[in-house]
Amino acid sequence: MTKPPPILLDGPQGPKPRRVLSRRNIFLYGTLLVITLYYAMPLYVMIVTSLKGMPEIRMGNIFSPPMEVTFEPWVKAWSQACTGLTCKGLSTGFWNSVKITIPSVILSIIIASLNGYALANWKFKGANVFFTILIFGAFIPYQVMLYPIVIMLREMGLYGSLGGLVLVHTIFGMPILTLLFRNYFSSLPEELFKAARVDGAGFWGIYFRIMVPMSLPIFTVAIILQVTGIWNDFLFGVVYTGPETYPMTVSLNNIVNSTQGVKEYNINMAATIITGLVPLTIYFVSGRLFVRGIAAGAVKG
Amino acid sequence: MCAVLPPALSRVEIMSNSIEIKNLDLNFGSIEVLQNLNLDVGKGEFLVLLGSSGCGKSTLLNCIAGLLDVTAGQIHINNKNVTWAEPSERGIGMVFQSYALYPQMTVEGNLSFGLKNAKLPKAEIADRVKRAADILQIEPLLKRKPAALSGGQRQRVAIGRALVRDVDVFLFDEPLSNLDAKLRADLRVEIKRLHQKLENTMVYVTHDQIEAMTLADRIAIMRGGKIMQLGTPDEIYGLPMNKYVADFIGSPSMNFIDGSIQNGVFTAGDLAISLTGYEFTSGEAVDGGATLGIRPEHVITGELVSHSPYCIDVEVELIEPTGSDKLIDCQVAGHLFRVRMDGQAQVSVGEVLRLGIDPARASLFDAATEVRL
Amino acid sequence: MSSARPSRLFRNKSAKIAAIPMIVTALFVFVGGTVWTIVYSFTKSGLLPRLKWVGLDQYERLWSTRKWLVSIENLAIYGFCTLVLVFVIGFILAALIDQKIRFENTIRTVILYPYALSFVVTGLVWQWILNPEFGVQKIVRSWGWESFQFDPLYTADIAIYGVLIAGLWQGSGLVMVLMLAGLRGIDQDVWKAARIDGIPAWKTYLFIVIPMMRPVFITTLVLVVTGIVKIYDLIVAQTGGGPGIATEVPAKYVYDSMFRANNLGQGFAASTMMLLTVALIVIPWAILEFGGSRNRD
Ligand SMILES: Nc1ncnc2c1ncn2[C@@H]1O[C@H](COP(=O)(O)OP(=O)(O)O)[C@@H](O)[C@H]1O
Ligand SMILES: [Mg+2]
Repeated sequence: MTKPPPILLDGPQGPKPRRVLSRRNIFLYGTLLVITLYYAMPLYVMIVTSLKGMPEIRMGNIFSPPMEVTFEPWVKAWSQACTGLTCKGLSTGFWNSVKITIPSVILSIIIASLNGYALANWKFKGANVFFTILIFGAFIPYQVMLYPIVIMLREMGLYGSLGGLVLVHTIFGMPILTLLFRNYFSSLPEELFKAARVDGAGFWGIYFRIMVPMSLPIFTVAIILQVTGIWNDFLFGVVYTGPETYPMTVSLNNIVNSTQGVKEYNINMAATIITGLVPLTIYFVSGRLFVRGIAAGAVKG
Repeated sequence: MCAVLPPALSRVEIMSNSIEIKNLDLNFGSIEVLQNLNLDVGKGEFLVLLGSSGCGKSTLLNCIAGLLDVTAGQIHINNKNVTWAEPSERGIGMVFQSYALYPQMTVEGNLSFGLKNAKLPKAEIADRVKRAADILQIEPLLKRKPAALSGGQRQRVAIGRALVRDVDVFLFDEPLSNLDAKLRADLRVEIKRLHQKLENTMVYVTHDQIEAMTLADRIAIMRGGKIMQLGTPDEIYGLPMNKYVADFIGSPSMNFIDGSIQNGVFTAGDLAISLTGYEFTSGEAVDGGATLGIRPEHVITGELVSHSPYCIDVEVELIEPTGSDKLIDCQVAGHLFRVRMDGQAQVSVGEVLRLGIDPARASLFDAATEVRL
Repeated sequence: MSSARPSRLFRNKSAKIAAIPMIVTALFVFVGGTVWTIVYSFTKSGLLPRLKWVGLDQYERLWSTRKWLVSIENLAIYGFCTLVLVFVIGFILAALIDQKIRFENTIRTVILYPYALSFVVTGLVWQWILNPEFGVQKIVRSWGWESFQFDPLYTADIAIYGVLIAGLWQGSGLVMVLMLAGLRGIDQDVWKAARIDGIPAWKTYLFIVIPMMRPVFITTLVLVVTGIVKIYDLIVAQTGGGPGIATEVPAKYVYDSMFRANNLGQGFAASTMMLLTVALIVIPWAILEFGGSRNRD
């Protein structure tokens, strides 16, 4: 038996028609377009300026695309730009930054993940006192600890060396990373940890065999956070290294803001963009993980 | 205070004890979770710790496992004082509610992890893994990761992880609570089979009384970190030692009527039930305030009413058919009173129903101490 | 035998060993360093730290130095404007992006990328964009508006606003992300209920959603404020503190005193003042946020 089809009455029927060009959409997407262009503009300006010759810069405006693309500013920025003292370009600073960033990232993550693991799973008496101090430490303006660390490094014979800066980055990365790892390890089911203990695994066994393999995402987040943070650091670089060991940000500032000679804006912008290239690449490649890193580090208490 | 049944009353023959817990205290900071707890578990016994959420069942189990440091008291396993021993040294295996499988290892890796930590020879490990997989029928899954398993399969692997350890004591912490009803029933049977086959000691935590009743040799009912009653499922159901246990066990729960006893007669409102047939724990009738408890399924209805020692007429207020049974709500002496009738019984709301009460199947509790009279 | 209880100190031995770096850092660097600096701010340290007590002299001198006063004033202006604007912009951006729009990822990526850059890079780009000879001012003038004046970096009165533009460009993306996370964290049924009740969207945001996001706002606030107090690289790169001393800030004052003017005592006093500022914000927040936790459970 089939029922007779119901008779449709007049009036609205089926899906509600949607207008793509509603007032709301025009306003919404218009606003977003303007905002997006505004945020993108400086990057665009950096790139086009770095590809122009100086005569063109003096003639035209900073927004116009280069009439004649030249990569010379990039080459000069990399190997010849002057800081007032020397004219060796950014390359030394770049390699210094590499030599600083890689060991700092590795060391700080190893230490912080172990701290976080000890805090989350092996709560021993007094651990939380030190952790609280550590977290409050994250809020202390670095300026307060600048000089005591100068003395400390001098005593250790590390002042002015790359090793000293690595140590400083490890220290100052510790609060946020420890928090990140502690929160992550705490969020893992506690029963896993218990099961592993029943299975006879100890502190290191559980860390290496259970925790680390389960925590690759958070290690990635930590690496992203640290590489960008350390690469972008300026203050510690300026304080704890010397001209030979300056990281890239310091070299960049010295090149662009050197008061000697004629200002070569194209070289300056090329140098600026080269310095920004490493964190930008990481950012664009890692995308969501980067966002997750800053959100996790910031929001979770 | 609630009395604990002396072990002599228990029907399980206890040869020797597998687990002995003596005067155990456990505090989390200032929170006292377990206080002066004593419990013996016999060799080969299936003991269920039953209680509502937060009463300290898992805490007790974790103490036995060595996952929590006890505040005071001792724990003996197989006649060895293991109070300070590491979990892996206690000769226990443990199964968790959330399975707690190591996600990055294959099933095989999960099963062998503990054995590798114990530095057993490779051949022996392979042997034991194979045997456990055999028993639990998980051989086809050995190369898979836990993420590729269903809930039931995961819990089987978790049980396997305890199995390979070749230990005498298994600890289960609500192992079936994360499974759906059908699987739960299946796996429950399997655990019971496993116990019959292996004959090892099992301590099983649950908040599900059906699970407790079906699995246990003895049940320990816990409340607020104390054991309220320890006994066989029959004792727990038939002779609850206090009102809490009586109320906790059975669904729908026991009907309670507050009243008093005078000269062997329980009175409440216009109710006056002679207690002939009721076995007082002290041997003879006691006078004073009391609560009468009677299970809905022990109320007599239908033709048998005429044979029952005491009859009462009630008006039917509400009917809940469940298919096999009908649950009737009515009022007795000003208390809500529920009666279980046959699913086929013909009743309607407003009708007057004659019920029979047999004191021999009822329970009486002291009004003040709530202890069984 | 396993049943011997190890002594208290050696229980969880590995965990304690693993935590040594944390303990050393917490005690020696964070507590020790801070105390050391505060103590030496009462001394007459010059090129080298010396324990020659001078009481509050360093502070008196600090508060009568024009450069410090300008620094404080700049920090106040920059801080206030950043705080207000970064929240308004960040929230509006988040609300716009939360409208189930297309290209959400692209837009979010573009708004947040400045946050990945070094302050030095940000400062230098905006130095270039705001360059009066080549940048925005020149372009507007070339469109025919000959008298157009927009030269913050070379006009002492408004130079700090030039820095503000750069700071907002870099920092608002972060606030947007946090706010967006906050918005997404809210029970979406609230929106359904509001729709059924016929409450307009802006009212829902203002009276329902924002109050529900209080925790996110507070965390963001603490984050933004501590970031503001630390501001240093941006100034050095973008203006170098100039023109004159128009854009000096406390962090730069500290650095200049310690490592340029060989006047450590001034640096210590100034950094202690910075610490005090942060403490005035962080401690009440910490008490509000965590103080009650002991009474919970
Ligand atoms: N780590 C802990 N810290 C403080 N209190 C706890 C902790 N673990 C459990 N408790 C408390 O101990 C009591 C018993 O918990 P538990 O043994 O897990 O109960 P359950 O019987 O549901 O398994 C609960 O009230 C719980 O709040
Ligand atoms: Mg539990």
